[in-house]
Parts: sequence; structure tokens; C-alpha cells
Amino acid sequence: MTEPLQETLRIEGGRVMATLVRLTGDFQLAEDALQDAVLVALEQWPDRGMPTNPAGWLTTTARNKALDRLRRESRRSEKEHEAMRLLDDAPDPPDGRDDRLRLIFTSCHPALSMEARVALTLRTIGGLTTDEIARAFLVPSTTMGQRISRAKKKIATARIPYRIPPDHELPDRLPAVLGVLYLILTTGHHAPEGRLDARVDLSAEATRLARLLVELMPDADECYGLLALSLATHARQPARLDADGAPVLLPDQDRSLWDHHAIAEAAALVSERVRRRAAGPYVLQAAIACAHGVATTYDETDWESIAELYRLLEERQPTPVVRVNRAVAVGQAFGPEDGLRLLTEVTGVDRWHLWWSTRAGLLLHAGQEALAAEAYRRALGCEMNDSDRALIERRLAEIGA
Amino acid sequence: MPKYAALIYSDAATEGQGTPEQWAQIMAEYQAFGEKAGAAGVIVGGEALEGTNTATTVQVQGGAAGGDIVTTDGPFAETKEVLGGFYLLEAADLDDAIKWASQIPGAWHGKVEVRPVMTFDDAEG
Repeated sequence: MTEPLQETLRIEGGRVMATLVRLTGDFQLAEDALQDAVLVALEQWPDRGMPTNPAGWLTTTARNKALDRLRRESRRSEKEHEAMRLLDDAPDPPDGRDDRLRLIFTSCHPALSMEARVALTLRTIGGLTTDEIARAFLVPSTTMGQRISRAKKKIATARIPYRIPPDHELPDRLPAVLGVLYLILTTGHHAPEGRLDARVDLSAEATRLARLLVELMPDADECYGLLALSLATHARQPARLDADGAPVLLPDQDRSLWDHHAIAEAAALVSERVRRRAAGPYVLQAAIACAHGVATTYDETDWESIAELYRLLEERQPTPVVRVNRAVAVGQAFGPEDGLRLLTEVTGVDRWHLWWSTRAGLLLHAGQEALAAEAYRRALGCEMNDSDRALIERRLAEIGA
Repeated sequence: MPKYAALIYSDAATEGQGTPEQWAQIMAEYQAFGEKAGAAGVIVGGEALEGTNTATTVQVQGGAAGGDIVTTDGPFAETKEVLGGFYLLEAADLDDAIKWASQIPGAWHGKVEVRPVMTFDDAEG
């Protein structure tokens, strides 16, 4: 593909697609028509040069292609009816709101499976190809293609509406959207080592989508929280793996490799919002990531603030992960005994390696090496991936037990 | 206007259980829903079903009609949740259908599955 076209699709693809879905009322038709338009662009742009408004050109061309497709298969009155709607020269949305927001809410509709939402969002708004998404999630391309086409079919058949939910439904519907972006972010962040180069950078993609969401919903604090979390998480990416591709834990990371510009942007986004009484889980998580991001060393981190942020986060999300992380922060801020006390309150985690290795870390901190070694051995008895296992084995060897 | 079937499922373990008072309470809830959704013109049809212990499953084996009719006592699949009844709803879209389905008492006593009703395009139309 020629570079200017690729660039246009990258930046404007989501917008063009969003408008086409509204005009055609059909995800599949919109996508096919956009493909047709891209083929025409490939043919014409190299000779005639880029149109002055490439996105507008693509939208108009794709709209005409959609019409052609409808006419070709239009034996049915309903289809003809749809074609008439297309002819209707009303390119602007009736409510004056950005079509991309409609596309986001429809792609992230709670009636779709989480997997489908993620795939559809990356495909339609993110403009990634099915192959790219498949590689990013380590599934075969055909599987991903089926997942996306099933989702499109459900939208059409069950009539999932193409609209932005009314304000009173937003508290229910926005978390579904943010959850999708969060999953894209964490999948990118935990990309298996050694395969990074083969994959699109999902955490960068999450940041791009979060930026768009902030632009489209400037009143929603949690959107800023998610953007800040994406920025601060992505900022630490360069230090996450060592030269051999093995993960480096936070205390050992080379902080000069972090993107401090991105961390500063993230901190600016949440510094006010985190103080609000209704600060949501994404704002809180972003504030935690920023507190780590601005610390010069692991020991000089503002652990008291982080412990307090985790306390607030636990009120909203009392998940085992949050509670274990809070125990770590409290252990750093107020001493390992306090951390161990909190950790003991997290129950039902006998088979969870992170609980045992956290316990081991706190016991080490308290100078109880024998008990720490025992906890590491319990951790090794749990299921985990190879790099986590290697890390725990190394720790155990360091204690010399 | 699209139609949706709202299929009302409840826990098989509690099927047919409950005191007369509980039964009356649930009936009152259904009546309230029926009046509200009925007044809104959403309900196109629907029935409550007798228990799964009254169900008979029918299958014709050996090809098309005319094959052996095999009847089996009981529901098609032994599951933890049983279909207790259904409504046929008329709704603008899935969001609208979910809005109404969430007001069916079965949604808090059990679960309600919302399925679009298949439409057959008139090919020559």
C-alpha cells in the first residue's frame, strides 16, 4: 500500500468507517465498501495525486461503492429502501455528535462477548487488519476473522443500535468501553517476551484510542484516568525486559529508560481528578502508576500515597490483585508486619503464586529468611508461566536456602 | 418493529418449590409487569410453561417425516436451569428489548435470555 494512503487510513480510517456504518446501517457493508474505495485510491492517487480532503474522498467513494453493492444485490425492497437512505444527501449525523463515538459504543456493547468487543474495536476504530489483531492475541487469523464476523452478524441480527447511550445509561455503558481499552492495554503490556516485534504495539494502540475517547467525551473523568494509565504504563515499556528478553521487575528497572515526558503528561491528567471524592478505579490506578513513574528510585517512592490510593481502589474493586498490591505498598510505607497482616486477610489464594511470592518478599523485608524461603517454595508449587518461575527460582537461590 | 423472544429460565433445583405466599408474590410481580409492558404495547405474546417433569421430547429418527417417532420423558437437555415461560416482545432494538426484559420478574428470580425472532425476507417482494 502506498504510504500516504496507509497514513490516511491509519488516522482517518475510524472516522470514515464510523460515518459509513451510520449511512449504511450495516457493519459488513461499510467495511466492504471502504475496501472498495481503498482499491480505487490505490489506482488513482499515485497518478492524480492525493485529494485535498482524503478522508472526505474516501467517505464519498465508499458511499458510492456501497450503493453499487446494494444495487447489485438489491432484489429486495428493504435493500432498496436502504439504498435510498444512502442517496439521501445527509452526511451529517442528526445529533451533531461524532460518529466515532457511536462506533465505539456499538463495538463495545455489553451484549457482545469481551473478546468480540476487543476485536471489533481494534478492527473498526483502530483500523487494524484482522491479521494484525490475530497476531496480537496469538490466535489463528481464521479464528479472529470468524470472531469479528460473528460479532458483526450479531449486531445486525439482534439489532444492537448504532448510537451513543443517553446520559442516564452512561454509568452502565461507559465501563464496558473502558474495559475494552484496558484489556487492549494490558494485553500489550504483558505481551510474551521475544514476540514483541511480531506484534502491533497494543499499549500504544490503547493510548491512541483513549486519547480519542477523551476528545469525544471531555466530561468523563474515567476516560482521562484510562488515558493517563495507558501513558504511564506504556512509558515504562522500554525498561520492562532485559537484553535477553526476560522481564525486569519494577525495583530493578532502569528508570532512565522510562518515557518521563509521557509520565508527566499522565500525572497532569490525574493530579486534580484523583482528589475528587468520586475518583474512579482508572483515575486511581493511573495515579498509582504516576506515583511510581515520578519516583527516582524504588525506595524513594512515595509509598504512603500509593498505600492510600490502593485503599481507595480496594473500596471500589476489592479484587485479590488489588489487595495483594495494597499489602506490598503498606509493607513499604509502614513496615512489613503491617503488609503481612493485610496479606493474611486475602483468603482463598492458596494456589496463587503471586500471593506466595508477595508473602515471601514481605518476610524477607522483615528479616525472616527461613519463612521467606518456605513461601517461595510454596509459590513454585503453583501454576505460572516460565519467566515468573525463573524469577522465583532466582530469588530462592539468592536467599541461599 | 423487530420482535424478540424473552425466554425465562429458573434454577432447576427450586422448580416447583416455594410456599403459596412466595408463589402469590411472584404472580403479583408478573401481573405488574404484564400491566406495564402491556400498556406500552410491548407484549405480543407469551405463556408460562408447566414444569419440566411434564415435558416430553420428540425426535423423528431415520430421515424425514415418516421415520420412527421416538418420544422421551423429560426435557431435551438436563440442565441446571429450566425454561419456565416466555414473552414475545416487540422492541425498537436490542437496547429496548433489554430494557423490558430486565423488568420481567424472571430476571431477578432467575435469568432471561433475549433472542431476536428470525425474519424471513420476501425474496420477490
